[in-house]
Amino acid sequence: MSVDRSGTPLLEMRDISIAFGGVRAVDHVTVDLWPGEVVGLLGHNGAGKSTLIKILSGAYKADSGEVLIDGKPVRIDNPRDARTHNIETIYQTLALADNLDAASNLFLGRELTTPLGLVDDARMEAETRRIMAKLNPNFRKFADPVKALSGGQRQSVAIARAVYFNARILIMDEPTAALGVHETAMVAELVKELKAQGLGIFLISHDIHDVMGLCDRVTVMKNGRLVGSERVEDVSEDDILSMIILGKNPRREAA
Amino acid sequence: MSDVGRLAGGTPERRGLADTLELDKRLFGMVAAFVLLCLGFWVWTGGTFLSPRNIFNIAVQTVAVGIMATGMVFVIVTRQIDLSVGALLAMCSATMAMTQAYVLPGVVGLDSPLIMPVTVVVGLVVGTAIGALHGWLIGYQGIPSFIVTLGGLFVWRNLNWYITNGQSVALTNERVLDFGGTEGVLGRGPSWVVGGLLALGLALALLGARRAKRRHGFAVKPAWAEGLLIAVIAGAVLGFVAVLNAYPIAATKLRRQFEARGEVMPEGFTAYHGLPVSVLLLIVVAAVMTVVARRTRFGRYIFATGGNPDAAELSGINTRWLTVKVFALMGFLCGLAALVSQARLQSHGNDIGTLDELRVIAAAVIGGTALAGGIGTIYGAILGALIMQSLQSGMGMVGVDTPFQNIVVGAVLVVAVWIDTIYRKRTGALK
Ligand SMILES: Nc1ncnc2c1ncn2[C@@H]1O[C@H](COP(=O)(O)OP(=O)(O)OP(=O)(O)O)[C@@H](O)[C@H]1O
Ligand SMILES: [Mg+2]
Repeated sequence: MSVDRSGTPLLEMRDISIAFGGVRAVDHVTVDLWPGEVVGLLGHNGAGKSTLIKILSGAYKADSGEVLIDGKPVRIDNPRDARTHNIETIYQTLALADNLDAASNLFLGRELTTPLGLVDDARMEAETRRIMAKLNPNFRKFADPVKALSGGQRQSVAIARAVYFNARILIMDEPTAALGVHETAMVAELVKELKAQGLGIFLISHDIHDVMGLCDRVTVMKNGRLVGSERVEDVSEDDILSMIILGKNPRREAA
Repeated sequence: MSDVGRLAGGTPERRGLADTLELDKRLFGMVAAFVLLCLGFWVWTGGTFLSPRNIFNIAVQTVAVGIMATGMVFVIVTRQIDLSVGALLAMCSATMAMTQAYVLPGVVGLDSPLIMPVTVVVGLVVGTAIGALHGWLIGYQGIPSFIVTLGGLFVWRNLNWYITNGQSVALTNERVLDFGGTEGVLGRGPSWVVGGLLALGLALALLGARRAKRRHGFAVKPAWAEGLLIAVIAGAVLGFVAVLNAYPIAATKLRRQFEARGEVMPEGFTAYHGLPVSVLLLIVVAAVMTVVARRTRFGRYIFATGGNPDAAELSGINTRWLTVKVFALMGFLCGLAALVSQARLQSHGNDIGTLDELRVIAAAVIGGTALAGGIGTIYGAILGALIMQSLQSGMGMVGVDTPFQNIVVGAVLVVAVWIDTIYRKRTGALK
């Protein structure tokens, strides 16, 4: 299970800052991610977790700092740039168009087309059925707008989108918040499988238990600042809790 | 996209006819309402309402609003509104009128074949440019579309007045007037050809969709249902052509046409209108807009943006640029509608297109476009325009005064949306 941290990291975000009006939502934060690694991003509500990863996915533009992929600086000005770097995101507020069906959502922005350049709905539905058969074999509602789907079913559409397009860096912002026990287990399985394939995954969650089980490292934020980044085998649940609540890194304090 | 009962290998359930045909129930209801309306007026007017002449007139009068309503569907689906389309139509019409009546004759001569194409291009360019300007103000500058187009209503309506000095411009270029309706008709033979091709095209489109589903192993509706649907659609198209082909051109007018060519009309010569060029234009616009809505990325992004603007943005769709394109397209269609309107009236008057914005919005909404965004169809909007025009025409024929006509049209708009709201609540459908 151990991650090979020799060579260059898959992703580095260096000294990232962004402010909304007076609020310093992310304040000089540096994080990295290695191939095949799952990094848990933890912190209170409003700590800046979603904002940090939205910078990576192109939804926000950082005020300062840089992003490197495979050691090379890249510009991510919008969601399209993020996608061209194989960064896929599953958002906390599921970014699906309620009025469109599963296939249209899965391929939104990257539609399959016929030789004439028209969208090929039949082929997209076939591909959606193919990938859903693997991810969520119970999924049946291919013809309905996603509005008619349950939270878990919507989640599987969002996950399918990330998986289908061969993400190298996957961002999951509270992917299991709306899910039942069974679906949560399904997502956990999926995370393990994707990790084995060598993806780098940021997993935002409030469930420390979850994080300890799935992640290789935890990164804690508080009030926009980085508290610390530790390998899970080096810290206890209590250590993490105190990092989240007190904003202090017990290991560093002790040292 | 809202097909019902398509679960592959699903258990056979008892389903109604509309379900088996996979018909949009809303469309079904609208067609039924339209048929009832026609039958009602048919009885009330002692048959004249459904005479070839009246059907021809209703068709011709529906075109301008119908063309603009297809664009309004896109505007409303993206959660915007355009209150300026009537004024924009007047603006386009004014520039076209000045171009063909005052500018071009001095440059290329009064009878030049260049007049019509140049005039049309000028109108379309003006419409598209103004629409794009609206879209830029809305998309990139963040001004609400309600405000931008309300302002546009005042600006373009009055700039139109300024350009023409407040005077009507009589239009005489025959090739321009051909777009009006009564003047520009295809005649019997070509109308049959167009009608036949149209019926064939629709049938092939349905069969093509069926084949695509088959190829991927999805369930398709029974062959008899597909056949019935195609037969009904083809029958409606050919029936419509047959009716227009039965509307004779007045003998006096025919005689004048012969005299204009220096010939004498043979004894007993007859000719029929057939499809008007303007109606053909509406059919082409409807077909193109339907393909755009359903089969292009642009159309897909319009609906995605209406359904969830944030999701669209996060999926990499440039929603600002999309707004510019949607409003530019709306402007283009206003230019096209201006051509048809001025040709039908054979003049440009300052009040051309007055209140059209409300008719166009009403047509789109009666046709099932949801103001909350994300939902709407092109055929619905055209049917909406047709229903309103038929209502107005029928009431005129049975002697209802104009104020009462408007009262009824207004009430119908509200009632239509009311019924729709109830229906959507009952079925738990979207919004
Ligand atoms: N678009 C915005 N405009 C203004 N302030 C914002 C915006 N987005 C986030 N913020 C602020 O930035 C801070 C960090 O928010 P963020 O959503 O990143 O928190 P989070 O760590 O994801 O919290 P949660 O666990 O509740 O999801 C908060 O104070 C929030 O109010
Ligand atoms: Mg968050």
